[in-house]
Amino acid sequence: MITVFERPKSLTPAKTHYCPGCTHGIIHRLVAEVIDELDVREDTIGIAPVGCSVLAYNYFNLDMQEAAHGRAPAVATGIKRVHPDKVVFTYQGDGDLAAIGTAEIIHAAARGEKITTIFVNNAIYGMTGGQMAPTTLVGQEATTAPSGRNAETQGYPVRMSEILATIQGTAYIARVSVHNPQEVAKAKKAIKKAFQIQLERKGFALVEVLSTCPTNWGLTPLAAMKWLQENMIPYYPLGVQKTPEEVEV
Amino acid sequence: MAKVLMKGNEALGEAAVRAGCRFFFGYPITPQSELPHYLAKRLPEVGGVFLQAESEVAAINMVYGASGAGARVMTSSSSPGISLKMEGISYMAGAELPCVIVNMQRGGPGLGGIQPGQADYFQAVKGGGHGDYRLLVLAPASIQEMVDLMGKAFELADKYRNPVMILGDGILGQMMEPVEFPEMLDPASLPDKPYATTGAREREPRIVNSLFLDPVELEEHNLKLKEKYDHMVAEETRAESYFTEDSEIVLVAYGSSARVAKAAVDQARAQGIKAGLFRPITLFPFPKHQIQEACQNAKQVLTVEMSLGQMVEDVRYNLEFRIPVHFYGRVGGMVPTTRAVFDEIKRLVDGEVD
Repeated sequence: MITVFERPKSLTPAKTHYCPGCTHGIIHRLVAEVIDELDVREDTIGIAPVGCSVLAYNYFNLDMQEAAHGRAPAVATGIKRVHPDKVVFTYQGDGDLAAIGTAEIIHAAARGEKITTIFVNNAIYGMTGGQMAPTTLVGQEATTAPSGRNAETQGYPVRMSEILATIQGTAYIARVSVHNPQEVAKAKKAIKKAFQIQLERKGFALVEVLSTCPTNWGLTPLAAMKWLQENMIPYYPLGVQKTPEEVEV
Repeated sequence: MAKVLMKGNEALGEAAVRAGCRFFFGYPITPQSELPHYLAKRLPEVGGVFLQAESEVAAINMVYGASGAGARVMTSSSSPGISLKMEGISYMAGAELPCVIVNMQRGGPGLGGIQPGQADYFQAVKGGGHGDYRLLVLAPASIQEMVDLMGKAFELADKYRNPVMILGDGILGQMMEPVEFPEMLDPASLPDKPYATTGAREREPRIVNSLFLDPVELEEHNLKLKEKYDHMVAEETRAESYFTEDSEIVLVAYGSSARVAKAAVDQARAQGIKAGLFRPITLFPFPKHQIQEACQNAKQVLTVEMSLGQMVEDVRYNLEFRIPVHFYGRVGGMVPTTRAVFDEIKRLVDGEVD
C-alpha cells in the first residue's frame, strides 16, 4: 500500500474548533508540514496566542506555551534565550500581534530574536465577535464599526510586514495568502524559509498569512476567498518584504 | 567567606547568581536600578542572560517563557512597574510557573515618588493581578537577610511552582551593609522540571497554560492551587520576635519600618517600658501562630508602616480582634522616625489613647 496523504507528525489527531471555511486549519497544516520536513519536531517549542488560535496548543503535536494576549514574542524571547539551540515560533492573529502586542513584536524584531512568527491576518477579531481590528480595511464592517471602518474617526489599517521590514534586526519578512492552491504552495515555501532562517541564526523571521473569516465577514467560505483576493490583496500586497541578502548589504 | 560591604540592590543581584539564577529580564525604574546594573555585568560572567525588555509587561512575559522552559529566572522593579507586571504574575500563578520578583517599593499611588514606601502590601499579599491566586511574599529587613532570603525565594518558588515576591523598599535597595554570601549553587545540579518545554524529544508534548474553558476543570484547577496556598500557610510562615515574652506593648512592623520600630523598642526598654517587636518575615503566609504567641501578654499592639494602614488589617485579623491594635504610619517617601514611634509607644502606655 502506498500512503499518498497523511497527517503531519507535528499535528495531533484533535478536531479543531475552527469555523467552516476558516483558513487557520490550512495554516496549521503548513506549519506542521514544514516542521516535519525540517525534522525539528522534537526540538520545537511553539507559543499559542489569545484569539481564534488560542487552542493551537491542542492541535500542534509539540511542546507549547500559551501566552497572554499579544505577549507571545516576549514569551518566545524568554524560551529562546534559555534554549538557543531549539526552534521557537509564535503563531499570532492580527488583534494579538498588531494591536495589543505591537510593542512585543516590534522589539522582538528589533533585538533580532532568532524566532519565527506566523502572523495570521484576517482583518477582524474572530474569537470575541467580529470587532474592528487594526488591520480592518477602510469601509469594512465590524461589530464595533457597524457602518464600516471610518478613516476619519477610526484611522487606517496597519501594514505590519512593511513596518517590520524597516527594522534592522529582521532577516526575513514575507506576506502570503492561502486563497487558492497556488498561493498555498507559495505560503508553505515562505513558512519553510522563515524556519530555515532561524535554524541558520540569521535573525527574526515573520510570515504574514492573509486569512479568511467567513463567520465574521458574513460570507460563505467561497465568497470569503474571493473577498480576500479582491479587497485584502490590493491593500496588503503579497510578496517578500525583506530577505537575508538585504540584511547583508 | 569574608564579609563585603555592599548596596542592597547589588547584594540581591549577587545572591540571585549564587542561588543559581542565570536569567534576568527587567525594565529600568528607580529605586531598584542598581540590581539590573549589577546583573548586566555579572550574568554574562557566569554564562547567564541579562535582557533589558521594552516594557515591564514584556519583561514579566519573558520571565514566563524562560520559567516555562525550565530556567531559574527573576525580574525586579519598583511599585509602578510592579503594577504593570501584574498581568504576567497572574498568568504565572495560573500556569504554576516559579520565579522570583523583587519589588523595591516607593511612594504611590500613580507615579508617586522615588523615595521608599510600603504601600504595595495589599497588592503583594492580597492579589494585585486578577483571579484567585497568592504569591509567597518575603520581607527582609537587612541586606544580609535579603541575601539569605533570595536563595530561599528560589527554593520556595520551585517547591510550590509559584511566583515568590521579595518585598523590599527604597531604603533596603539603596543602603549599604556588610554581607556574607553563600557558596555558588550550580544550576546544573538542580533537578529537571517535569513541566518544562524543552522540545518533545521521545516523550509526549508538554503544555504550559492557564486556560481552562470548562468551568468544572477551572474550578478543580483553582482548588488545586488553593491546596498549595494552604500548604504554604501551614509550613512556610517565618517571623522574628524581639523582647516579646513580657511585653505589655508589642510593635508589629516589617522591612525598614521594623528597624525603626526596633530602635524605638530599645529606647522604651531603656526607660523601663515593657515593649517588644514582632516582625513578620513572610507577609503571605502571615505568621498567625507566631504573632498570637508574641502578643499573648500584650495589652496593646502598635503597627508601624510606611503606608496609611495596610498590614495593620492582617495584624488585627490574625490576633482575632482580641487586643487593641493601633497604627502609626508615614507615607509618600517619608520615613517614621525612632523618636516619633517612641512617642507613640509612650502615649499608648500612658493611656492617652484616642
